[in-house]
Amino acid sequence: MDEAIAVRGLVVERGGRRVLHGIDCAVRTGTVTGLLGPSGGGKTTLMRCIVGVQRITAGTVTVLGQPAGSAALRARVGYVTQAPSVYGDLTVRQNAHYFAAMYGVPAANADAAVWQVGLREAADALVGQLSGGQRARASLACALLARPEVLVLDEPTVGLDPVLRRDLWQLFHALARDGATLLVSSHVMDEAGRCQRLLLLREGRIIADDTPQTIRDRTGENDLEQAFLRLIEMAEQTEGVAR
Amino acid sequence: MRVRATVATAERVLGQLRHDRRTVGLLLVVPCLLVILFKYVYNGSPQVFDRVGPQMLGLFPFITMFLVTSIAMVRERTSGTLERLLTTPMRKLELLAGYALAFGLAALVQASITAAVALGPLGLTVRAGAWVIVVLAVINALLGMALGLFLSAFATTEFQAVQFMPAAVVPQILLCGLLNPREGMAAVLRWISNVLPLTWAVNAMNEARVAAGLTASMLGDAGVVLGCCVAALALGAATLRRRTP
Repeated sequence: MDEAIAVRGLVVERGGRRVLHGIDCAVRTGTVTGLLGPSGGGKTTLMRCIVGVQRITAGTVTVLGQPAGSAALRARVGYVTQAPSVYGDLTVRQNAHYFAAMYGVPAANADAAVWQVGLREAADALVGQLSGGQRARASLACALLARPEVLVLDEPTVGLDPVLRRDLWQLFHALARDGATLLVSSHVMDEAGRCQRLLLLREGRIIADDTPQTIRDRTGENDLEQAFLRLIEMAEQTEGVAR
Repeated sequence: MRVRATVATAERVLGQLRHDRRTVGLLLVVPCLLVILFKYVYNGSPQVFDRVGPQMLGLFPFITMFLVTSIAMVRERTSGTLERLLTTPMRKLELLAGYALAFGLAALVQASITAAVALGPLGLTVRAGAWVIVVLAVINALLGMALGLFLSAFATTEFQAVQFMPAAVVPQILLCGLLNPREGMAAVLRWISNVLPLTWAVNAMNEARVAAGLTASMLGDAGVVLGCCVAALALGAATLRRRTP
């Protein structure tokens, strides 16, 4: 299958406010796709729709050929929220073993995942006593251990030092090479260059869906941050014309 | 329902408790101290301790497990772990059963220690036998857990969850016939007390005090309490939504 995630006409309203305005986009199988844009633009809401925890107003979200949130997808889709959702009063290892039991995968997967995110030394420390970056990685490990085919990561590299960030991006690409599909959100534009494809979401609308190079070419800007600013200006101009 | 996921949930809940030594200490020691306190407050009229003592043994597990579960569930909701669990293949029944197993075990330890203190040094007599008291106490703990789990859905903060204690538990204590026989209550209150689960729980405890061994009506009372547990757990399961606004 070419498209691991397909979103058609997605509208979401939260608390009477329209957060996503009819989004159409797709994420190709086996790629690392970046979901970028200013905070408050709807990135998390879109990700929640893809993992099937968000109530949607209209449109469809299909993941691996099935409606998002289907019971059959729960073992195949991993989700890491922006705030680490692991138990602070348990150790990293205990958290990982618990989620392995929930996914029904061997306990060995849990240890491997803790190792994969570089927390081997901190495995027996209570999560609540770790640094923010370590907590985020503990949370990531609890998703990796299920070896999901689709991995949705909400700002996984926030607060990490440059070395760790590089290591995690290498890990993401390694997972994609093995056939996984990753959707990674970030509001840091310098991470955009590490993705194979980019989705730029602003005020609930997709304003770009391309490879980093195409976006550079189209805007005539070499720096992706500048390129995004150009895209936003272009989008505002079209909106102005429409009005 | 997968056994491994259920046992892992119980282990996880107990593991969280274990890392909180002070809470474990409070859970185990405070009921004993209160029973001792009660005994000597009524030093001059020992028949009060004899009458109310067994009922108190049933009350502690109910109150403590109500509090612990409602706070634990609020924390699961606010920390995002509940939402995360609901994105995994975990079934809701596995989560509920895991919680029941963990707090049932905790209540077993708590009730055994409190009963040992009350029936031993304090000389409380329960004709049905100590084990009946402990079993009934564990059932009451499950009731507290189930109600706490259900009501926690209506609390968005730990502060609110704690306030549900006086709101949902104290009226039941007042109406269950512990402080005053239910015959002396206003008729309306007596009717209300008939549909409150704690009334049945305390009734069973009261019977264990006088009856030699298990009786049919004791089992009937325990059955009503277990039925209320199942109902509260089913309502609680309905509040665990995989998809939220």
